[in-house]
Amino acid sequence: MAYELNGNSYDHDEEGYLTDLSKWNSELAELIAEDEKIAMTDEHWEVVNFLREYYDEYQIAPAIRVLVKAMKKKFGPEKGSNKYLYELFPYGPAKQACKIAGLPKPTGCV
Amino acid sequence: MEEDGYQGDVCKRFLYVNRRAPYGTIYALESLEVVLIGAAFEQDVSVAFLDDGVYQLVKGQDTSGIGMKNFSATYNALGDYEVTKLFVEKESLAERGLTADDLMEITYEDEDDDWAEKPSIRLVDRAEMAALMADQDVILSF
Amino acid sequence: MSTLHTVNKSPFERSTLGSCLEHLLPGDAVLILEDGVVGARKATGFADRIAAAAKNNAVCVLSEDMAARGMSEGDLIEGVTVVDYGGFVDLVTAHDRTQAWL
Repeated sequence: MAYELNGNSYDHDEEGYLTDLSKWNSELAELIAEDEKIAMTDEHWEVVNFLREYYDEYQIAPAIRVLVKAMKKKFGPEKGSNKYLYELFPYGPAKQACKIAGLPKPTGCV
Repeated sequence: MEEDGYQGDVCKRFLYVNRRAPYGTIYALESLEVVLIGAAFEQDVSVAFLDDGVYQLVKGQDTSGIGMKNFSATYNALGDYEVTKLFVEKESLAERGLTADDLMEITYEDEDDDWAEKPSIRLVDRAEMAALMADQDVILSF
Repeated sequence: MSTLHTVNKSPFERSTLGSCLEHLLPGDAVLILEDGVVGARKATGFADRIAAAAKNNAVCVLSEDMAARGMSEGDLIEGVTVVDYGGFVDLVTAHDRTQAWL
């Protein structure tokens, strides 16, 4: 199972998470987002980039409540809320945004 | 823990005991993942590091040569998961020629104190570690 | 408030039993099972530590695991008591928590 982009193929698992996160790029993110029926806006990118930074620093994708708290601290209470994140990523911010960010499924997410 | 379903208002004291070095076996990583997953249940969590478990917190870990993920960075995410009490046994450090200076600096931000950054690691002696164990509802050993 | 400690590793292969003995508090009990039972045999290099612990705490071994390894009561360090699976359950219920050392 793989995403096809510009003649390259990028392996993913059965749920669509990228197998090798070092292969990620922003064009691929747009393609994964399309599969998720999400049109990427600046607000989506803010979350995706935030998740990638979190992963870089801590080597894990945060659970949703941790993401909410961390977003709140960095971007303020409006963006640091379940409502805001679910509006951007209706099928679960942690799951969908992590997938688009090329990260594994958040630890503790079943 | 409750046979008759999750009881939201029950808060138990949980202690995770780590006695293995990282990478050679899966115990250290499994323990860390269980701590992260278990944090969702909002219990009173402490994590103990004794015997070879103290090696999990040693700074300067570089796994690039052994093809394994360096999960030492993840201990610093524990604060975000409200796991803020990491107890390290002094005797275990000393027996291995280590001091507190050999350990990573692990901190958490105290929500109740204007997000002040505070150290998560607390050094305890063996008697204090035994008392900590005696103070728990549930002990999970790795 | 007391703890039942269980240890299933031989003290000749791992430090688990030794570490457990060093973290006992008054009222705690130790149940040695599986490969751990070889540590309860008398006249080994580890016997003094078990004998010392047995003076202050209940130290038990699981009879089924002893039998499987060819050990009988006469092989045991003085002060160590034998329990069967039923006794194991009694020990669990008699203490506030169980710490299964790995």
